[in-house]
Amino acid sequence: MATVTLDNVRKAFGKTQVIHGVDLDIADGEFIVIVGPSGCGKSTLLRMVAGLESVTEGEIRIDGARVNEAEPMDRDIAMVFQNYALYPHMSVFDNMAYGLKIAGTPKDEIARRVATAAGMLQLEPYLKRRPRELSGGQRQRVAMGRAIVRKPAVFLFDEPLSNLDAKLRVQMRLEIKTLQRELGVTSLYVTHDQVEAMTLADRMVVMNAGRADQIGRPLDVYSNPKTEFVAGFIGSPPTNFLDAARLGRRAKGARLGIRPEHVRIVPEAETDLGGTVAYAEPLGAETLIHLRTLDGQAITVRQDGAHPIPEEGATCGIAWEPRDEMHFAESGQRV
Amino acid sequence: MTDRDPLAAEVAPKRGTGRPARPLPDGMVERRGAGLWLTHLGLIVGVAFIFFPIWLAFVASTVEQQAIVRPPMPLLPGDQLWENYSRALISGINAPVALMLANSAVMALGIALGKIVISLLSAFAIVYFRFPGRRVFFWLIFLTLMLPVEVRIVPTYEVVANFGMLNSYSGLILPLIASATATFLFRQFFMTVPDELAEAARVDGARPMRFFFDILLPMSRTNMAALFVILFIYGWNQYLWPLLITTDPSMNTIVMGIRQMFPSGDDIANWPVIMATSILAMIPPVVVVIGMQRLFIRGLVESEK
Repeated sequence: MATVTLDNVRKAFGKTQVIHGVDLDIADGEFIVIVGPSGCGKSTLLRMVAGLESVTEGEIRIDGARVNEAEPMDRDIAMVFQNYALYPHMSVFDNMAYGLKIAGTPKDEIARRVATAAGMLQLEPYLKRRPRELSGGQRQRVAMGRAIVRKPAVFLFDEPLSNLDAKLRVQMRLEIKTLQRELGVTSLYVTHDQVEAMTLADRMVVMNAGRADQIGRPLDVYSNPKTEFVAGFIGSPPTNFLDAARLGRRAKGARLGIRPEHVRIVPEAETDLGGTVAYAEPLGAETLIHLRTLDGQAITVRQDGAHPIPEEGATCGIAWEPRDEMHFAESGQRV
Repeated sequence: MTDRDPLAAEVAPKRGTGRPARPLPDGMVERRGAGLWLTHLGLIVGVAFIFFPIWLAFVASTVEQQAIVRPPMPLLPGDQLWENYSRALISGINAPVALMLANSAVMALGIALGKIVISLLSAFAIVYFRFPGRRVFFWLIFLTLMLPVEVRIVPTYEVVANFGMLNSYSGLILPLIASATATFLFRQFFMTVPDELAEAARVDGARPMRFFFDILLPMSRTNMAALFVILFIYGWNQYLWPLLITTDPSMNTIVMGIRQMFPSGDDIANWPVIMATSILAMIPPVVVVIGMQRLFIRGLVESEK
């Protein structure tokens, strides 16, 4: 159990700067999710905390102690890799016990800890098997078990669910969350999947091109994005962006963002903004209607599944409450 | 091979109209009737063709000297098997064959194991460590692939002679241990091992050599076995090098020993004993290949993940 602090951490590969200074304070027992599109530097950041990448500039502290120069094994961390990185020639038991064996833990202590972890993860029947004799979900659990038995101060997850099918992913997501609550270990979790980020995180870090655009609780980030990137990346379907100048009214900032669920379809007479329906996606509980405004901008409307669905090609008006509007400057910052 | 190739077998079921094509048994291409026999005939002829000289050598090792010299050559084994083989093994012509077999075994095992150890370590260094001149060293090792033993045999001889290693096992083994091929093979294998495995081991607290012994080595098991078979035979069949550096008959290896048995000038060759020696010389490589066949084939075709 520990706190983790990132203090203006930067990373450069040769001359290419990939992390442009990230500050982050992680409280003891907190679950932090780093989310961003591929290539934004989120994995690099995690690997720097793990000690698998060197820190070019800045400082990483675990429980207040600087670890920039420490080897991974001396940082009191455990990591779960995307492809699980199980040792193929070792049984499940040996895979989980390997770290403890190296640390010189007594045999009965190892057996006890592995048994406890296997119990938590329902792996008891498989302890003698090799990784290749397990399903993807089971391998994932072994990778988790390997992290748990070491009783580390910090868990690091590098996209641990991206190799699983959709159904299993949802199930494992829940299990990871439950496990983390139970163990109360500080966790840092990297993913490109915003649903994972929203559901798992106590606080989430939205990364964009090597910068932490926003750090905050998932719902705060969702309802109050600080930049245009965050507004567009978090939420599905993504926020609609309209050219503020072309709207002609309330010309604050360069672009106006409005979430699909805040847009309503109204009779044309009631509004000054309208468009033609390009196509509609009825999903049962809700319907997504994709419109094109008269000057060619795309807008998605998300409405309750019970509402009438307009015909394709029909024209209709759209409206929203002014308080739901988000205004962004040319630089992408919220104004 | 025959007129029924796999394509023909695929087309064949179409002739019986209305009859659904039967699934082929266990991934084999379906063959019946004359095709089957022709295939076997072809194989048998091929095997006989290759096996015949060995059979002749065996026959020659079981008859008396006169029977070989006087045409026609016998085609069936004689009654001198025990005498010829025990004579070869115990006294031989220059040195007892048992001794030469032992020398060859030491040399072949030394070369095979030495090459595997050295190339495992050098491949490990090249793949997993960043040190100055890493690429240069790799290409230097790779370059030696282009130079067979024969090309560098004079300087090598000079070095070995200066170290006083003529007529010794170390002289037979050490100069042949460096192996670009094996290093290259292990390098390629190590490069297919996911980086995350090394990183996971690092997080688990394994130092580099620990990672090497606990994870890399067990994973290379089948590759090592395959390489061992190839290198053992390579070592066993060495001819020129032992011929150069062993002058003492008690250090002769079997392959060069056979050549040494051939008479010079007017001496009469003792063909039955020479042939018995040849047959004996073939046995260890055959045993190694058959014994390690399972591992060997797995090592060649399967990369265990």
